[in-house]
Amino acid sequence: MSMLSTTTSQNAGQGVREITLGQAIREALAEEMRRDPRVFMMGEDIAEAGTPFKVLSGLVEEFGTSRVIDTPISEAGITGMGVGVAMTGMRPIVDIMFGDFIGLAMDQIVNQAAKVHYMSGGKLKVPLVVRTTLGATRRTAAQHSQSLHAWVSHIPGLIVVLPSTPYDAKGLLKTAIRDDNPVIFFEDKMMYQLKGPVPEGDYTIPFGVADIKRPGNDITIVATSSMVQIALAAAEGLEKLDISAEVIDPRTMYPLDRDTLIESAKKTSRVIVVDEGYERYGVTAEIAAVVADGAFYFLDAPVKRMGAMNVPVPFSPALEDLTVPTADSVMEVAKTLCGRV
Amino acid sequence: MSQSKASGSGEFVEARHPASDQVSTAGAQLLETEQVRWLSIYEQMLKIRIFEEHVNQLYTSAKMPGLAHLYIGEEAIAVGVCSALRRDDYITSTHRGHGHCLAKGASVDRMFAELLGKEAGYCRGKGGSMHIADQETGNLGANAIVGGSAGIATGAAMSSKMRGSDEVTVCFFGDGALGQGVLYEVMNMASLWKLPVIYVCENNQYNEYTHNSETTAGEMSARAKAFGIPTEEVDGQDVRAVYTTAARMVERARGGEGPAFILCNTYRYLGHHVGDIQRSYYRSREEEEYWKTERDPLKMLAEWLMAQGVATSGTFEQIEQRVRAEVEAGEQFALDAPYPDPSEVEQDVYA
Repeated sequence: MSMLSTTTSQNAGQGVREITLGQAIREALAEEMRRDPRVFMMGEDIAEAGTPFKVLSGLVEEFGTSRVIDTPISEAGITGMGVGVAMTGMRPIVDIMFGDFIGLAMDQIVNQAAKVHYMSGGKLKVPLVVRTTLGATRRTAAQHSQSLHAWVSHIPGLIVVLPSTPYDAKGLLKTAIRDDNPVIFFEDKMMYQLKGPVPEGDYTIPFGVADIKRPGNDITIVATSSMVQIALAAAEGLEKLDISAEVIDPRTMYPLDRDTLIESAKKTSRVIVVDEGYERYGVTAEIAAVVADGAFYFLDAPVKRMGAMNVPVPFSPALEDLTVPTADSVMEVAKTLCGRV
Repeated sequence: MSQSKASGSGEFVEARHPASDQVSTAGAQLLETEQVRWLSIYEQMLKIRIFEEHVNQLYTSAKMPGLAHLYIGEEAIAVGVCSALRRDDYITSTHRGHGHCLAKGASVDRMFAELLGKEAGYCRGKGGSMHIADQETGNLGANAIVGGSAGIATGAAMSSKMRGSDEVTVCFFGDGALGQGVLYEVMNMASLWKLPVIYVCENNQYNEYTHNSETTAGEMSARAKAFGIPTEEVDGQDVRAVYTTAARMVERARGGEGPAFILCNTYRYLGHHVGDIQRSYYRSREEEEYWKTERDPLKMLAEWLMAQGVATSGTFEQIEQRVRAEVEAGEQFALDAPYPDPSEVEQDVYA
């Protein structure tokens, strides 16, 4: 596992274009499949259909149906086969269309993929990537809207990646494909159209290195995936109130860059953790505990958690929008922590 | 359901007699290569039997921690199937997996060491009895989730096909795994994509402490047939029948003709695990005695070898001496071996 202590430079590769997060994912997959003949993809409706999100459109035309493989609707089966394929010389990428469906594949992820290396005394390896999605507000109700990355972040043996920008998505996905461990890679289904600068050509981003998305001095907002844009919008609003917010994206839930989070907390003395998973027993709790433990004597306020409401995601837009943090709700909490109410 | 399903009340179906005349023409002298093969197969089966007897002793004398699920009675399946495989072919195994691991080529000393949690074990003591994996012999691991290795095995077969290799994978599981959905998901894909995987169902009739008549509807073999997978039902106590069927299915798979399903009817002489001593609430002593005396795979092969004029009782005594010495030496090696250093606990969580 690569855990370098420095962030990669933004100017690797040649020209930098504005592309969407979906395009960045597709580019990473295509480049890795060109680079390494062992890399292939399997999943439901990933070939000609290119997934319901059209993220993979065009790949089957270049790589054929032997490397972009449409499977039956069998999440446990394809994930389990992904483990076996990975153990025997290939580098599979299994596509689980909606993050909610990892429930069907949980034994394969938790009891098989995560355990094989350790249980075999380090002899067998599982270089498997499971790509899946998270995120609500798409009006798809309780079984297509959850953000379940906390489930797998709990399990030793797994790496869990949550990119928040097109640049991060491409670099982190390449690292995931080259890593010898099982990696669960969560993409926010609402961010596929988000545009950002991405270099042409090859670059990777190491796991376990948080990225400071916006520097600030008065409060730290730790945000993941879909919540990074929310946090950045909140920071804009706070700036108008003369509150300088630092926004940090851990980018990988495991390995977690504890040092960067703690250093920021020591600097600002106030911390909010924002994540779209259920707040209850979620990654916000873990990160808040890490920060509280590491920066206790520097904090001027309790570390505040903001996650999805502890309810099944409702269908009605009038209800669904209430369940996830927004720029306004993050701003309100930040103002309170800064004594500005 | 299958003909050999015995109910707990002691009604037995007629024993199926060895139908393995394919192996040699009755009465004709066995070729020397066949003599060597069957004697070697006998020795491997005996090694598993004696290994398991020692495991039983280790466990009951509190020298072995954890759980021990013994394979005694089912030896013909592991040895018959693995004798049809090459070293570079793959297997996946089960919680009752010692026999599969040994039959695929694991050594007794490192097996014992793993069972005792010693660093010299196949998994440096981190796997234990239910998780022995040995890359060198193509063993992708025993699996303590019932049906849990079906995906791994089918994936390994997919990998072989994608890499253009002619390796074959065997997925061992018990009749209990027929209750697990993932098995059917991967059998569907194995058939769709003609993957070189052999599903070997060891039907020992009991899902832990429950007879499969209470858990398994319909025909067992019909499950695989529904996916268009060639299916054969064999007497799992007759190693010649198991070997002959497995060899045919393995060559078929190696030739690119796709998966197969072999239903092996067998019997677990002992409990679900070593601690399962009082079994009368789920099966009768008479039933157990019947299998041990009338259907024992070692006895059946020995009798056949003697009838063929290949071996005498002295031959088997020699083999037993050799095997006992090997097993005892391996056990002693493991008892003397050091435990892993505490620093090992955090090693190999990540590659």
